[in-house]
Amino acid sequence: MGPVLAGVLQLLALIAALALCYVPLGNYMAKVYTSDKHWRVEKWIYKGIGANPDTEMRWPAYLRGVLAFSAAGILFLYLLQRLQGVLPGSLGFQAIDPDQAFNTAVSFVTNTNWQSYYGEQAMGHVVQTAGLAVQNFVSAAVGIAVAVALVRGFARSRTGDLGNFWADLVRGTIRILVPLAAVAAIVLVALGAIQNFSGIHEVGQFMGGSQQWNGGAVASQEAIKELGTNGGGYFNANSAHPFENPTPFSNLLEIFLLLLIPLALTRTFGVMVGSVKQGYAILATMGTIWLGFTALMMWTEFAHHGPAFQIAGGAMEGKEVRFGVGGSSIFAVATTLTSTGAVDSFHSSFTGLGGGITMLSMMLGEIAPGGTGSGLYGILILAIIAVFIAGLMVGRTPEYLGKKIGSREIKLAAIYILITPALVLVFTAFAMALPTPGNSMTNSGAHGFSEILYAYTSAANNNGSAFAGLNADTQWFNTTLGLAMLFGRFLPMVFVLALAGSLAEQKPVPVTAGTLRTEKPLFTGLLVGAILIITGLTYFPALALGPLAEGLAS
Amino acid sequence: MNNSVSTTARLLGAGLRALLVLTLVTGVIYPLVVTGITQGLFNNKANGSEIKADGKVVGSSLIGQAYNLPLKKGQETPDPDLKWFQGRPQNGLGSNSVNTQYKLILSGATNRSGDNADLIKWVKDAKAAVVKDNSVAGYTVKPSDVPADAVTSSGSGLDPDISPQYADIQVHRVADKNGLSVAQVEKLVKDHTTSRTLGFIGEPRVNVLELNIALKGLVTKG
Repeated sequence: MGPVLAGVLQLLALIAALALCYVPLGNYMAKVYTSDKHWRVEKWIYKGIGANPDTEMRWPAYLRGVLAFSAAGILFLYLLQRLQGVLPGSLGFQAIDPDQAFNTAVSFVTNTNWQSYYGEQAMGHVVQTAGLAVQNFVSAAVGIAVAVALVRGFARSRTGDLGNFWADLVRGTIRILVPLAAVAAIVLVALGAIQNFSGIHEVGQFMGGSQQWNGGAVASQEAIKELGTNGGGYFNANSAHPFENPTPFSNLLEIFLLLLIPLALTRTFGVMVGSVKQGYAILATMGTIWLGFTALMMWTEFAHHGPAFQIAGGAMEGKEVRFGVGGSSIFAVATTLTSTGAVDSFHSSFTGLGGGITMLSMMLGEIAPGGTGSGLYGILILAIIAVFIAGLMVGRTPEYLGKKIGSREIKLAAIYILITPALVLVFTAFAMALPTPGNSMTNSGAHGFSEILYAYTSAANNNGSAFAGLNADTQWFNTTLGLAMLFGRFLPMVFVLALAGSLAEQKPVPVTAGTLRTEKPLFTGLLVGAILIITGLTYFPALALGPLAEGLAS
Repeated sequence: MNNSVSTTARLLGAGLRALLVLTLVTGVIYPLVVTGITQGLFNNKANGSEIKADGKVVGSSLIGQAYNLPLKKGQETPDPDLKWFQGRPQNGLGSNSVNTQYKLILSGATNRSGDNADLIKWVKDAKAAVVKDNSVAGYTVKPSDVPADAVTSSGSGLDPDISPQYADIQVHRVADKNGLSVAQVEKLVKDHTTSRTLGFIGEPRVNVLELNIALKGLVTKG
């Protein structure tokens, strides 16, 4: 069997596994967010928080909950890193500098997991396990909570109530993320990922002498890192490190984990709005983009254009033998389309066009299938835009899922889709115009520009992967990338929740012969087209300067 | 005003309490339970898949190592010890993301692009070295025989594996240096080649440390 065929079969196996879990997990999550029963352990937690989980919140209250919880998270994680020098279990590592601690705190709370530090040389047990890994769980739970609030906006009528943030946060963590992560972590260890607290110690070598190991709670963090579409590695090499991703099978499992929840949430959405077909239409949109991009990536990586790869006879730079070109390509597309940003191979050493695909994947706005929760609300906003465009074409007031898309709704949606591109392009322009940021580049020319464009794209879209040639541990990059992550996460949430509130207040419009059937393939086609055109128009000039220039030259 | 300040403070307090409770669940209980279970069930794997030779721990089967001669005076990088099978190139790892040289404590890749002048040079040099080192009396390696993994560095800088093709072109050299027959070494490589999981997952590969341990056994016995 050739490597191309093996790659395609891996993709098919992945699709089969995801398809098997789609209905049960999607239905289960719908039950989690609609049930009125509380588990006993949840009651204890609510008591600890001092919140009543049965109070309904309107959108401003829901948003305040999100912001207060996230602000507390950033503050706590910042202090934890600043105090690392005096904490127990720090393996002798010192306090992290203020700008890097800010960057890292924001990065993990915003579900980005951009890393400007070397995990194995900077972070001890306490920061990794009680700080970073915790945000892997709760930032994902916050994303799902906001998505569920938007879905309730569609599902409910004549009320402004969107549910209770604390209940959504706790249930997402306790009922969905923790059990799935625990199972995944145990399987990962069975395959070879490490899970211990041995810290830094010496181990003998074949040729004599010894090597230094840094042992930690790796598998438990790895599982939620993928499942919560976080992506921040325990080690610098992330999921390319054999202790994080030991075998070809663990590689496939990790890709499965990072796609699992974002895809199944479309089922949850369908169930909650009372039409699973609407969920299938969104799923079909995500699936079309995902498979299309994966096919393109496999094609360009196997074709290995680029002088160094031509001489080498394959694009294996930055890739592991056990995963090969196929497994690495599937991972790269899945991780950039889901806002995960974990890597099992290094994107900077992909072919010019391959690197461009990873960038374009993020520029779509992390929607195919996107991050846990953020993917669903992102694509629903684009669905509203698509419905609006269709409405303009036929001259009808647009409506989606029985709700009118009036001027207030379309304004909120339009602002939402402008935020991230504005952040990416403005910050990139400044970094290129100023004299010092360019010193951080490893490569020159078009690829050097790509390193910086990639960094801001990754940050503002809350992905977190990198063209890691860029030395991002400078005050400029720590600060501006931190701001891009912060605004790229929370500003869109403001507009999503405002939109949810406005939708929930409406009374439903009855379906008539003139209603656009949003569960049909025609709408899926329209939505895919709208997504690609909006992204294309926004980013084409920037992409032309970077990956396109590099790809066409080789 | 006072009212809104106290509301904000109350809200932040709730956020902080929520964080602390969830930290207890996901940052203390969860990792400890997972550690307990996996240390019990998969002890060796949870601790890094240590591998022994002659009763001594010689590394992890998951982590690549260097097989070099001792550093000579005035040398910056040691020469490979050609008695042993060699892993993927250790050189060429740039200063930016560190020259790991199979040092486990800092993993990472070169992050060089396909049109990067350094990478083009490293690949060319590596290819020339692989051809030269492995061509022995009666066996010449052609540049087209050299697979991509032999001349590029991995993502982690710790890749434990090489492709079976790269192992194959090292067989004659290893046999020659150790006074073994080509057939013996060929069999060794064949025995240590792992095929794709279930026939289609990943790529066929040879674990260099395990192969060298077996080779050492063969040399000592022979």
